[in-house]
Amino acid sequence: MEFTNRLFAFLTFLGAFLAPLLLFGILFIFLKEASLALGKFGFFQFIASAEWDPVFEKFGAAVPLTGTMIVATLSLLIAVPFALGVALFVTEVCPARLQDLIRLAVELLAAIPSIVYGMWGLFTLAPLMARYVEPFLQKVFSPLPIVGFLFQGTPLGIDLFTASVMLSIMIIPFTASVAIESFYLVPPVLKESAYGIGATKWEVIKDVIFPYCKIGILGGIGLSLGRALGETMAVAFVLGNINLFPISLFSPTTTVTVKLANEFTEADKDLHLSALFYLGFLLYLLSLLVIAGSKYFIYRVQKK
Amino acid sequence: MEKHILRRKFFNYLALLFTIISASWGLFWLFFILFDVLRHGLSALSLTLFLADPTPPGEEGGGLRHAFVGHLLINLIAILLGVPLGILGGTFLAEYGRNWKISGYISFLADTMMSVPAILVGAFVYAVLVKPLGHFSGWAGGVALAIIMFPVIVRTTEQMLKLVPWTIREAAFALGAPYHKVIWQVVYPSVKTGLFTGILLAIARVSGEAAPLLFTSFNNNFFSLDMKGPIASLTVTIFVYAMGPYEYWHAQAWGAALVITLGILLLNLTARLILKRRRPR
Repeated sequence: MEFTNRLFAFLTFLGAFLAPLLLFGILFIFLKEASLALGKFGFFQFIASAEWDPVFEKFGAAVPLTGTMIVATLSLLIAVPFALGVALFVTEVCPARLQDLIRLAVELLAAIPSIVYGMWGLFTLAPLMARYVEPFLQKVFSPLPIVGFLFQGTPLGIDLFTASVMLSIMIIPFTASVAIESFYLVPPVLKESAYGIGATKWEVIKDVIFPYCKIGILGGIGLSLGRALGETMAVAFVLGNINLFPISLFSPTTTVTVKLANEFTEADKDLHLSALFYLGFLLYLLSLLVIAGSKYFIYRVQKK
Repeated sequence: MEKHILRRKFFNYLALLFTIISASWGLFWLFFILFDVLRHGLSALSLTLFLADPTPPGEEGGGLRHAFVGHLLINLIAILLGVPLGILGGTFLAEYGRNWKISGYISFLADTMMSVPAILVGAFVYAVLVKPLGHFSGWAGGVALAIIMFPVIVRTTEQMLKLVPWTIREAAFALGAPYHKVIWQVVYPSVKTGLFTGILLAIARVSGEAAPLLFTSFNNNFFSLDMKGPIASLTVTIFVYAMGPYEYWHAQAWGAALVITLGILLLNLTARLILKRRRPR
């Protein structure tokens, strides 16, 4: 009896221990696989070089890293206002009967597989963008000073802009559901006292809810960012995978994930594969940092 | 005075309008995507899609039987590996190790692991299972999905078990039952629906993944049951077919996308429905 109990306890311990083992194991294996490229290019040379030439074995991460950053930032810029808007609509505006339904619908956006997003992006969204949205934006914005250069180029639909818009749709639910959870936690007394002195709904939102929930909102945005950094298949369809810095919103480029997806199985030289693992290692560190940070924020909110 | 109030009212309506626009924005894309997948997918749906193997590239016709079967097999491996390990891990965090400081850290790490980019998990499995063995395999694909599934099961199990009141365990202890029997005969049965929905959600989470399969189970144009070799999956097949040059490939990819989307939405809705039913009002 006692033996079975000990054995079962030990097994459960092994199961739990698997989590840190895998998390740090991935880090270790990536570092090991990347060591060849790490030794050859070092850190600063690798992230500063824009060259990616498998034939002459020259590898630099500048373009995919920049691509990842730009796509993630743009998609966050589009997604966050809408996500907060949805969260406010669900918690503060819409009738109680509809709350769960709308929340469910928005959360289902996260359930659709990214490969389906990608395919839809390639066959439906990209042509719409190329035909209607991008020429329109170009007409309106490109004559403007300063921001005009962002809208130069031939709108083909397979570019930074389409990828960011699509990604922004995919990451709405992450910020939205964390924001909804934390908006529900605002003590009604706080809101009521603000209403009591004659505040409008917007003033309650801006001066009571937002300040009270800022850590939760930050956590939600972090989760969305983590997802945006690591998203692969959807972006792979509509970004083009060209190792060039984007010169406008309408130019194709690449990200770390897209590069991995496209070149990993074709890398026949050790250094090429190692450089890809190096890219993966950098992305892994970055996403761990972002995710752990945002989970920490969310934990703090839940404990309150 | 009057002007001031008007201004405040104006901003208030503007803000409320924006929340309505946001909600419509989200719903718009959801229905747009679902409608589009339905529209393209339904016309591609036929018995041959499920029952026929692919024809040589360029030759119209054929189906995706190889991918459907491969997908099921890979996911089955993932479930067989990920679910028991995850439940064990969650059991430690909520039962044996509940007072250990390390449990809190492990729980946090598992939570973090849930959001690790899927493609990196694929690259990891490539490094530890594919490269040393020298070939892609269905097993590697299953392991990659299991790694993604594992932390989800750990966390849901932990949360579910923590919902069971401690007094119930004490009642069983008082009868002289050892801890493992209490867990198996008292704790698990009382949360079995919760665990089940957690598993459903975890399956929904991994069964649409393509990225981790690219470097592990790879792809295969032929029907295969050999998990030691490369094997087709629906998601990778969608990727290859959608990027491919043939119209009928695109149609079949839409068909596959429809099946997988509906499957995952169904899993999600079922799980949520069960949870909602059980929640005390």
